[in-house]
Amino acid sequence: MATLKELSKQDELLSGGHRLCAGCGIPPIVRLVLRAANGPVVATTATGCLEVGTTIYPYTAWRIPWIHSAFENAAATISGIETAYRALKKRGRIPEDKNIKFIAFGGDGGTYDIGLQALSGALERGHNFLYLCYDNGAYMNTGIQRSSATPFYSNTTTSPAGKVIPGKQEWRKDLTRIVVAHNVPYAAQASPHNWSDLSKKAEKALNIEGPTFLNVMSPCPLGWYTKPEDSIKLAKLSVDTCYWPLYEVENGVLKITYKPKEKKPLLDWLKPQGRFKHLMTPENRHLLDKFQERVDLEWQRLLDLDGKRL
Amino acid sequence: MAITMTKGQVGLTGNTAVAYAMKQINPDVCAAYPITPSTGIIEDFSGYVADGAVDTELITVESEHSAMSACIGAAAAGARVMTATSSQGLALMWEMLYIASGMRLPIILTDVNRALSAPINIHCDHSDSMGARDSGWIQLYSETVQEAYDNIFLAVRVAEHPRVLLPVMVCLDGFITSHAIENISLIDDAEVKQFVGEYKAAQHLLDTDNPITYGAMSLPENYIEFKHEQSKAMAGSKEAVLDVSREFGKKFGRDYGLFETYRLEDAETAIVILNSAAGTTKVAVDALRKQGMKVGLLRPRLFRPFPFNEIAAALKHVKVLGVLDRADSMSGFGGPLFNEVRSALYDLDARPKTVGRIYGLGGRDYKLKDAVAVFGELDRIRETGKIDTLTKYITL
Ligand SMILES: Cc1ncc(C[n+]2csc(CCOP(=O)(O)OP(=O)(O)O)c2C)c(N)n1
Ligand code: SF4
Ligand SMILES: [Mg+2]
Repeated sequence: MATLKELSKQDELLSGGHRLCAGCGIPPIVRLVLRAANGPVVATTATGCLEVGTTIYPYTAWRIPWIHSAFENAAATISGIETAYRALKKRGRIPEDKNIKFIAFGGDGGTYDIGLQALSGALERGHNFLYLCYDNGAYMNTGIQRSSATPFYSNTTTSPAGKVIPGKQEWRKDLTRIVVAHNVPYAAQASPHNWSDLSKKAEKALNIEGPTFLNVMSPCPLGWYTKPEDSIKLAKLSVDTCYWPLYEVENGVLKITYKPKEKKPLLDWLKPQGRFKHLMTPENRHLLDKFQERVDLEWQRLLDLDGKRL
Repeated sequence: MAITMTKGQVGLTGNTAVAYAMKQINPDVCAAYPITPSTGIIEDFSGYVADGAVDTELITVESEHSAMSACIGAAAAGARVMTATSSQGLALMWEMLYIASGMRLPIILTDVNRALSAPINIHCDHSDSMGARDSGWIQLYSETVQEAYDNIFLAVRVAEHPRVLLPVMVCLDGFITSHAIENISLIDDAEVKQFVGEYKAAQHLLDTDNPITYGAMSLPENYIEFKHEQSKAMAGSKEAVLDVSREFGKKFGRDYGLFETYRLEDAETAIVILNSAAGTTKVAVDALRKQGMKVGLLRPRLFRPFPFNEIAAALKHVKVLGVLDRADSMSGFGGPLFNEVRSALYDLDARPKTVGRIYGLGGRDYKLKDAVAVFGELDRIRETGKIDTLTKYITL
């Protein structure tokens, strides 16, 4: 894997000057992953913050061929592109020695929810591509509505912390497990604070033949009600509290790639975030406990699977 | 279905003929999802892929939405791309149809016309393609198996025409044309190759040395200019249709224009109608002509762009027109074809009296007696100068 120094010398494939918010988790994730491709790469992006923020005509932040077509179809769009590549290569219209990598980027809404069918189809068909989901835990681009990735009890504009209902009532969908159930050769969870882990996983994913998947924690100061300068710290806390474990499943074998020396209380991650403010009152103490219990349970489940063939 | 003959007359269904045309074209990528009555096209084509008769990459997607999305991705990557669908499938593609045309991608789609739910019905009417009439796709309609087959080649040339670059939908009637066997002439493989040529996209996603951004977000400062360009390309595509049809006619002897007229020159009353029902109407025309009635027919082939001026010029001498729609636009004012034709006639100094009739929805038969009855009604209007009902359903 490239060292930090080497990475810093590579061309920046996503330019600055885009319109994503200060402190947004998406740009560092995308830049790291594009660098990991280490060669020609073509990408598509589902409708969402990344798409809107990088391509306001007549500007584009993408220094690679890139397409956005709709919200729910990034996986289907990349299927078409990757298939065209194979078709044209077979017919000698692309040089034999030219090797292009394909990446589809989607937010949690575009991946866990509306794009799940297209994702499942593309994984099942076995196209050679990497799907990267940046999970900021809500439909941020349209004003912080809940998605099936939104954390327990989170206050969003469609799961507001109201007088009777304290935020989102459902546990988040475990998309990574759903992807793994497609028997893809590689799927992993990552976080931008741990750049070397993310880079390593991206490099691995991009060099494996077949469909691969990365689910990456992506802090969003706007939707989390947090300070832009705290984003990377919060990404780290999501991992150190074991809310967002870093692990990979390679050829069916699960491996936790980072185990916090000391598992931090979930409260450390929740407290700085305005979306969980309503949980900080004494009457909602039991909700915090419930949330912590569920995180503990999920983490233990993962620990039990560590090193095992699923 | 295996077809061994490559020249001369051969009996084929509409679906088999379309699949065979696709085989002869051997597109780079095909992405499709099955739905009655278009399924046969994809089944036949899958057979060609499995047998190595084509080296097209086939993507058996999980939905029609993904079929069109994959077509868009592949076309933006510089591939020649084809698909086929019907009814609910086309409806599910709706969002992506606009994106294909907005991105100016020359994708070819065969729509085997079928009614839309609810109630669910697998039989022919035109509500599916009519529902997509404003999606920015060029639409070619086909009366017969031969015409459906020929339209596929015309579609490729028109779509990829450098002044056009728009997707094209070829429509044929579900079951009536898709499943009925007709004797048709096939074009030689080599001649097909020569006619359609090789597609070379001017710019595409796989040219990684010259990266381009497709599908950027456009604000009020420029969105309307994009649409203006698209609109001009659509209007201009009429000339490309004429040019390509002329070349096709010269090479293969079958002349197609923007529309077909039948005994229209001296007609006093006429029916305007799309696709297979024109055949039945022509039989009625012949029968009534024998009785001394001056009746005729106009059958649009190109519905998008709609050739307003040409159709008005062809109909201007007619006294009374019946425009028959196999779809209702639920506007309370007749079907889509009626509205286009009536609007086309508006600028004439003296225009035919025009009524709209909706027929044959969900596969209801349109018989000789139905066409004869419409002509009878048109004749009464001609005699009395009075229209009782401007728009109504027939074949009820
Ligand atoms: C078919 C469709 N439905 C709804 C929308 C509106 N929409 C655009 S982006 C978006 C939310 C995106 O959420 P996510 O995928 O999580 O990305 P983020 O905005 O968080 O980056 C929604 C609901 C749309 N563009 N298309
Ligand atoms: S709203 Fe959130 S995800 Fe969207 S650009 Fe801003 S910080 Fe990033
Ligand atoms: Mg999101």
